Amino acid sequence: MFNIGKFDWRQRAWKHLVTPEIEQLVADIPKPVGSFGYDPWGYNEDRFKIALGAAKWLYDHYFRVVVHGLENIPAQGRLLIVGNHSGQLPMDGVLVGVAAAVNPSGPRLARAMIERFFPTVPWLGNYMNALGCVVGDPANCGKMLDMDEAIIVFPEGVRGSGKPYKKRYQLQRFGNGFMRLAMAHHAPVVPVGVVGCEETMPTLVNAAPLAKLLGLPYVPLTPALLPLPTRVYIRFGKPMQFEQVATEAQVGACVDEVKNEVRQLIEQGLQERTSIF
Amino acid sequence: MVSKTQVAPKKTVLVTGAAGALAMRVIARLNGRYNVIAVDFRHKVETDAGIPSYLVELHKRGFEDVFAEHTIDAVIHIGRVFAHEKTRMQRYNANVLGTRRLLELCRKYKVKQVIIHSTYFVYGASAYNPALLEEDAPLKASEVTQDLVDSVEVESLANIYLWKHPELNITILRPCNVLGPGVRNTMSILLGRRLAPVLIGFSPMMQFLHVDDMADAMILAFVANKPGIYNVAPDDYVPYQEAVRQCGCRRLPIPSIPPVLPKAISGALNWNAFFPPYLINYFKYPVIIDGQLFQRTFGWRPHRNLNDIFSYYRKQKLAAVIQQ
Repeated sequence: MFNIGKFDWRQRAWKHLVTPEIEQLVADIPKPVGSFGYDPWGYNEDRFKIALGAAKWLYDHYFRVVVHGLENIPAQGRLLIVGNHSGQLPMDGVLVGVAAAVNPSGPRLARAMIERFFPTVPWLGNYMNALGCVVGDPANCGKMLDMDEAIIVFPEGVRGSGKPYKKRYQLQRFGNGFMRLAMAHHAPVVPVGVVGCEETMPTLVNAAPLAKLLGLPYVPLTPALLPLPTRVYIRFGKPMQFEQVATEAQVGACVDEVKNEVRQLIEQGLQERTSIF
Repeated sequence: MVSKTQVAPKKTVLVTGAAGALAMRVIARLNGRYNVIAVDFRHKVETDAGIPSYLVELHKRGFEDVFAEHTIDAVIHIGRVFAHEKTRMQRYNANVLGTRRLLELCRKYKVKQVIIHSTYFVYGASAYNPALLEEDAPLKASEVTQDLVDSVEVESLANIYLWKHPELNITILRPCNVLGPGVRNTMSILLGRRLAPVLIGFSPMMQFLHVDDMADAMILAFVANKPGIYNVAPDDYVPYQEAVRQCGCRRLPIPSIPPVLPKAISGALNWNAFFPPYLINYFKYPVIIDGQLFQRTFGWRPHRNLNDIFSYYRKQKLAAVIQQ
């Protein structure tokens, strides 16, 4: 009774965004869901299709992504995609997710780990869950790897995404959590280097007191209100397998191996790039 | 009297909360194979011939007479006072002290097996909950609200007896939302209504189990006798607001910000029976449990899917409309 006329935004969005190509891609993704199309974390196929339709447009026409090494993402099985984080808003996560979902050698649902405050935000929390995002809890990661899912991890976290423009393409400290998970669940690590997202929101400084007041990880002071249409280069490296080790120092050494790999992929991307836009 | 032709005498099973929908189904499944004794604190249950029925409160003295009169082999403890039924103090006495007394009597009268019906509420609803909680996840319900302290304490009591008195063979079952004909828990009352409150912008994932499947699960756990703690839940998930729609309810949006507002609204309108202030968090954040251990250990699979469960509530509303 609250419908205004015949305008149904969801149906309209569906018609425009969910092309037969998107339908086919999502059908090919190896991802089991329950009788109402949901998984335990709230992922929903229908909402994912709409969002993928919109994100693919950004991927193709706004950021004009150039991607290499998609064949390195296995079509089946557990997987950690580990890359550099940048650009204030997590556009790199979105674009890596789209790259995995439209992979011609086997589309995957690559799930992003999100900050713990998201579930407390009305609508946004549920919506991000519906697109496959999950609170970055090791228990969640472990369960998903056991169910042979693919997970995107940015081990720099907010240290990477919130850094100012002058530190662009300098990798910040990597956390060890992802390596512990990869070892415990025998999951291969696919490194990824993202070039271009650093320039989407060049930031002079983080307004730390304001961020603290708002309970946010950072508030960038930036001339860009929306992510700028830079050209983005994504490079996936060869899958890396790690065996269980005894000490945290040894884990750290393995993390450094991945970090070096990511650094090289970024270097290659920077060499390939001829202009920012 | 046990006839002489029988090889082994029938075991005697005491079932608490016998007036409830789940206990009635459990009794129906036990009847014939076992001698059943029905106990409830609400009213004396009308039972089939041959099933003795008692009206007694677990924490009152008269309860011991039941043990003195019958040789009880096993206890299935389902009876629980819900938060909307009594005051917090009375509930604590009935649930926690009652369970302690039950377990003490089990020890005294050498009962060989105890099944305890708990709830997934014990895990607590929090924004930081990972999904698919396993049985060893911390029980954070008492962090959410004091009104769930009794559920958590019943569990910790049962846990103490579980390791201190292994001869009691205690099995603790933590089911997700149990629904179906006759079920009078909070969720069932809520979905049975025409208008169901929902928090604006929040629709947590939930799991639902048909009461017949839960009764089957209890019987399986009883027959197999493998003591321990088990989540009982299907591998199917649906957001709360979708469940509300599927049950044929109209949604009543409740402002969710600031967080004290929905609690205040629920309290002011006295929604204790179906949308109580202390359960608000469960309509906001998910508590998804992992039922794999129970499924593996007992070879159990639910036979009714989500649509079967919801269709009962839909039909109920249709029937009400037709009657008018």
